[in-house]
Amino acid sequence: MLLHSTKQDWLGNMRGDVLAGLVVALALIPEAIAFSIIAGVDPKVGLYASFCIAVITAFVGGRPGMISAATGAMALLMVTLVKQHGLEYLLAATLLTGFIQIIMGYLKLGSLMSFVSRSVVTGFVNALAILIFMAQLPELTNVTWHVYAMTAAGLGVIYLFPLLPVIGKVIPSPLVCILSLTAVAMIVGIDIRTVGDMGELPDTLPVFLWPSVPLEFATLEIIFPYAMALAVVGLLESLMTATIVDDLTDTSSDKNRECKGQGIANIGAGLLGGMAGCAMIGQSVINIKSGGRGRLSTLVAGVVLLIMVVFLNDWVAQIPMAALVSVMIMVSIGTFDWGSIKNIKKYPISTNVVMIATVVVVVWTHNLAYGVFAGVLLGSLFFANKISHFMYAESHLDEETSTRTYTFHGQIFFNSADRFLENFNFKEAVSNVVIDLDRAHFWDITAVHSLDMAVIKFRREGAVVKVIGLNQASETIIDRFGIHDKPEELEKVLGGH
Amino acid sequence: MSDYKNLFTGNEILACIDGSSVSTAVCDYSSWIAGIVERPLKLIHSIENNPEAPLVDYSGAIGLGSQDELLSELIEVEQSRASLMIKKGQLMLNAAKESAVNAGVTNVSIYQHHGTLAESLIELEDDIRVLVMGIRGKEHDSQSEGIGHQLETVIRSLHKPILVVNEEFTEPKKAMLAYDGSAACVKALQMVISSKLFKKIPCHLVHVGDGAEALLSEASDKLIQAGIEVTTVQLEGEADEALAKYQIENDIGIMLMGAFSHNKFRDFLLGSFTAKMLEKTNRPLLLLR
Repeated sequence: MLLHSTKQDWLGNMRGDVLAGLVVALALIPEAIAFSIIAGVDPKVGLYASFCIAVITAFVGGRPGMISAATGAMALLMVTLVKQHGLEYLLAATLLTGFIQIIMGYLKLGSLMSFVSRSVVTGFVNALAILIFMAQLPELTNVTWHVYAMTAAGLGVIYLFPLLPVIGKVIPSPLVCILSLTAVAMIVGIDIRTVGDMGELPDTLPVFLWPSVPLEFATLEIIFPYAMALAVVGLLESLMTATIVDDLTDTSSDKNRECKGQGIANIGAGLLGGMAGCAMIGQSVINIKSGGRGRLSTLVAGVVLLIMVVFLNDWVAQIPMAALVSVMIMVSIGTFDWGSIKNIKKYPISTNVVMIATVVVVVWTHNLAYGVFAGVLLGSLFFANKISHFMYAESHLDEETSTRTYTFHGQIFFNSADRFLENFNFKEAVSNVVIDLDRAHFWDITAVHSLDMAVIKFRREGAVVKVIGLNQASETIIDRFGIHDKPEELEKVLGGH
Repeated sequence: MSDYKNLFTGNEILACIDGSSVSTAVCDYSSWIAGIVERPLKLIHSIENNPEAPLVDYSGAIGLGSQDELLSELIEVEQSRASLMIKKGQLMLNAAKESAVNAGVTNVSIYQHHGTLAESLIELEDDIRVLVMGIRGKEHDSQSEGIGHQLETVIRSLHKPILVVNEEFTEPKKAMLAYDGSAACVKALQMVISSKLFKKIPCHLVHVGDGAEALLSEASDKLIQAGIEVTTVQLEGEADEALAKYQIENDIGIMLMGAFSHNKFRDFLLGSFTAKMLEKTNRPLLLLR
C-alpha cells in the first residue's frame, strides 16, 4: 500500500530527523532557486515544487530518508519547452510526467534498473555534476570582479567553516555562506545580481491551479516528448539515489513504490504551480550525513523550506547570485564521483568507455536519458562481445573414413555467428563431415541460420554432413521455451546439457 | 476438533531474551513449560538495527568524495557497534541457557539474529509451539505500566500461543480461563484440555456478565471429561477489573484468554481489552488468537 509506513519510519529517529530536515531545508532553498533559473522560470516555481515534492514523497515515497525536490537533471530537460511554450505548458508536462511515472511504477519498470550498470550510474552522476557546474557559468561570465571575489569567498566559507571547532559542525556552512555574503552585499552596497532580479519569489502558500493549456491533441504532442524524458530521467535519478541511500543506511527500500511516489509527487507539484522534480543525490547525502534516517526528515525539509521562503521572501530576494553559485558549485563537487577518476587506471577499458560515453553524451545533449541509453547500449554490446569469446571449436580428421569432426563449445549467437563459421574449413575435400553441437548453446536465429549455411556449403562441396546434438543445442533458443520456471531445463542450458 | 490441530504444530518453546528486568522470569517460565511438555527450548535474542544515526555533522557541506567518506565512516561505526551488541547478546543468552539447564531442561539452544523481533519470529513461526516473552522490553524497562510496543506487534503478527510474563517466576498452582465462547477462547479451552501443562492444576472457568450458564457448563463438562478439576464462576462489573481482582483474590498462577480480536484502528480508539488485562495483573497471561 502506498501510504503504508511503520511508526519506526516516521518516529524512530525523531530528533535526528528534525535537525537533519532543517539542514536540508536550508540547503534546498538555494538549489531550488538555482534550478528554477536553469529551467528559465521564476524561483517560486522551483520552490513550490520542492515543497510539494518533498512533502508528498515523505508520505508515499519508497525510500525513507531520501530527499526529493526540484532538481537540475529535470530542470535541464525543460529549458526549450519553457522558452518555446511558456510556464503553463511546463505545468501540464509536469502533470503528465507524474502520470507516466505512476504507470511505470505499476508496470514495475523499476526492475529495468538492473540493466543500468555500475559504470553507467557513475557516468550519470558525473555528468549531472558537470551539468550543474556548467549551469552556473552564465552567472560567472560578463560580470564584474566582485562576483568572482564573492563566489570564491563563498566557497571558502562553505569548505573552511566546518573546520572550526564546535560551531563548525553545528551550523550548516552553506547557510553561513549565504548569510555572510548577503550581509556583505547589503552593507557595502555593490551592484551585483541578486535572487530578486531573477524573477518572482513566493509570497503566499501555493494554491491549487489547473494549468491553463488548451485540452487538445496538439498540446499533448508538444508536452509528451518532454514528459517522457522527464519521467525517465526522474525515475533514473530517484532509483540511483535510493540505492545510494540504501547503501549508506544499510537498509532496503521499495523501488516500485518509489516510482509511484515520484509520480504522485509530480502531479501534486504540477497542480500547485511547481515544476517536475525527482530525488536529489547531493541533498540525500547531506540528509544522511546530518543524521536524517526517517520519513520525518523529508517532511520537515519540505515544510521548513516553504515557511522560510514565504515569510522571509524580502530577505531571500537580497541574496546575491554569487552566494547561490558557490552553493551550487559545492553541490556539483559533492555530486561528482571523484573515486571514479582514480578508478580509471584500475578498471578495464570497456568499463571506462561506458562511463565516459555516458558523460559525453549527456554533456553534449543536456539530456541524461540519452546518456543512460548510450551507456546501457554500449555496456550491452561490450557484454555481448565478451561472452562471444566463450566459444571455441575442436576438429579432428579420421583419415580412414575421410571424416572431419567439428566439436563446438560455448555460446553461439549473433555476435559469435561469424566466428562460428570461420572454424569450418570448406576447402578441405572430405567425404563426411560431423558437426557436434552437443556442448554448444544456440541463443538466436542468427546462430541457427549460420549453421544452415555451413551445412549447405559442405553439401555443395560434396560431403555428407551429419549434425549431432542439434536438438539440445536448439533447445537453448530460450525465447521459445521460457525455461526460467523450469530449473531442470536451465540446468541443461547452463551445464552444457 | 480438527480446527485446532494447528494449535500445537510447532516443536519448540521459544523464549525472547533481551536483558530487561523480566528476562529472568521469561527464562524461568519457559524452562518450566519446556520441562513439563518435554520439548526443546530455544532462547532467542534479536539485534535491532538502530535507526538513530551513529554520527552526525550538521555542516551541510559536501565536498570531494563526501559520499564514499560518509559510507566508510558509517560502516566503521556500525561495525563496532554491532559486534559489541552481538557479544552482549551472546553473554545474555549464555546466562539464560545456564539457568535453563540448571532448571533441568535438557535440550536448550540459543539463537541470535539481526532485525526486528517480530520479523524473525514470523520466520520461525512454524517451529514455535509456545512463545514466551516479557511484557516490556528493555526500552520501556523503567516504566511501571504499559505494554511494550514489541509485544503488541508480536501478538498481532504471530498466530501461536504467547505467554506474556510480567513478574518473577512462581510455579502456577491454579489456572484461570476467561471464557466468553469466542473462537480464540475456544482455542484456549482446547489448550487447557490437551496440554500437559494444565493436567495437574485446577482450572477456574470464569465469565464476566450474566446468562452464560449454558456456555460455561458445556465448557466445564469438557474440562471434567479431560480429568481436570474445574471451578466455574460468573463475575460482575468491568471485565478487566473483575478478572484481575478474581485472579489476585484466588491466587491464580496463570491465566488464559483470547487476544486482540479487534482490528488495530478500533484498539486505538477503545483501548484493547487484552492490553488492559496485561497491565492489571501480576501473573503470566497465555494469549491465544
